[in-house]
Amino acid sequence: MSNEVPLWEVFIRPRNGLAHKHVGSLHATDEVMALQAARDVYTRRGEGNSIWVVPSVAITASDPDQAAENFEPTGDKIYRHPTFYEIPEEVGHM
Amino acid sequence: MYSQGLIGSDTSSEETPEFLAAFQKRIDAEEKVEPNDPMPSGYRRTLVRQIGQHAHSEIVGMLPEGNWITRAPTLRRKAALLAKVQDEGGHGLYLYSAAETLGVTRKQMTEELLEGRAKYSSIFNYPTLSWADMGTIGWLVDGAAIMNQIPLCRCSFGPYARAMIRVCKEESFHQRQGYEIVMKLAQGTPAQREMAQDSLNRWWWPSIMMFGPHDSDSQHSDQNMEWKIKRFSNDELRQKFIDATVPQAEYLGLTLPDPDLKWNEDKGGYDHGKIDWDEFWAVVKGHGPMARDRIRDRRKAWEDGAWVREAALAHAEKRQARKVAAE
Ligand SMILES: [Fe+2]
Repeated sequence: MSNEVPLWEVFIRPRNGLAHKHVGSLHATDEVMALQAARDVYTRRGEGNSIWVVPSVAITASDPDQAAENFEPTGDKIYRHPTFYEIPEEVGHM
Repeated sequence: MYSQGLIGSDTSSEETPEFLAAFQKRIDAEEKVEPNDPMPSGYRRTLVRQIGQHAHSEIVGMLPEGNWITRAPTLRRKAALLAKVQDEGGHGLYLYSAAETLGVTRKQMTEELLEGRAKYSSIFNYPTLSWADMGTIGWLVDGAAIMNQIPLCRCSFGPYARAMIRVCKEESFHQRQGYEIVMKLAQGTPAQREMAQDSLNRWWWPSIMMFGPHDSDSQHSDQNMEWKIKRFSNDELRQKFIDATVPQAEYLGLTLPDPDLKWNEDKGGYDHGKIDWDEFWAVVKGHGPMARDRIRDRRKAWEDGAWVREAALAHAEKRQARKVAAE
């Protein structure tokens, strides 16, 4: 048995209607302890009304070395944006 | 609470000049560095050390105030002090997490602290002798920490900056509850006033030492400023703190224990007397009156908690095994 206590990522929803947002991480032996610790560590001042905890090892991240290939092409696809298209003023707001 | 000017770091890097220049260009453009981004080894090493020292300071910082929780004079004060000490524990945890994104584990950092190999803020090697110290620590020590930590919210390393934003939001309560304690004493009986003044006399110099050595004596400051880990020099931050604190002391009718403290019209700030750096270095190296007790107490807390950690792990394994069996 490894005695490293696993790492968890903590997500909190500030209030209904908003998405859960990553706030930080913590160590806990299981999901029950992780939720309790998240409550103590990350919600001492009304930061939210719902907590998600996810084992850090369960997260797959994109490779920062590939950030250029992944995200830069969207920069030159300006035709994906509404301002690319010319609509006469008489037509009104569209 | 409680960061201090970084003590002893090695900012040298082995990377090629091209790599270092490209990194510096990102920093100059105010881009944040995230954990998996390429970074110079010196940058990583400096941050691991600084965030680690900062985290240890939060955790050790719980001890001098924890010392007074059971002796708080009223329920209101006790609730506030308990909440503050809990916050400091939380700050330590945010910071350990931030350091862990750089590839060091909390377990390694904890071991370093318990073996006496890690540094933490020199201020916690002073004893808390009276109730007034709870006020003075909140007012001055948290006050000095706020000065240090606000610019760290813009640190170039993303996880550290984000942790600092959370910490800074919580610090203001710490300083205000401290000032209120000192104010109550300063406006109280002669004995209470004297207790407040005595406390201020003991904590003033250690507080202004928290900003670390003078700029002329701190070798690594330049590189850390260039990497935008630090935004202001030790002396700049110390000056801001003194300028902010003098009127607060005047309001209380208490005297800061520095006969050379006086307004300097030309620089628009206060001049202060000579700082006893021999004392500072002695305390940093662990010769403070409380240094041995602090590490002993942390070690005891760690050892006394061992069975809880083991039981929690065993319980988690048992639950996991049951879950697998049921599937
Ligand atoms: Fe604090």
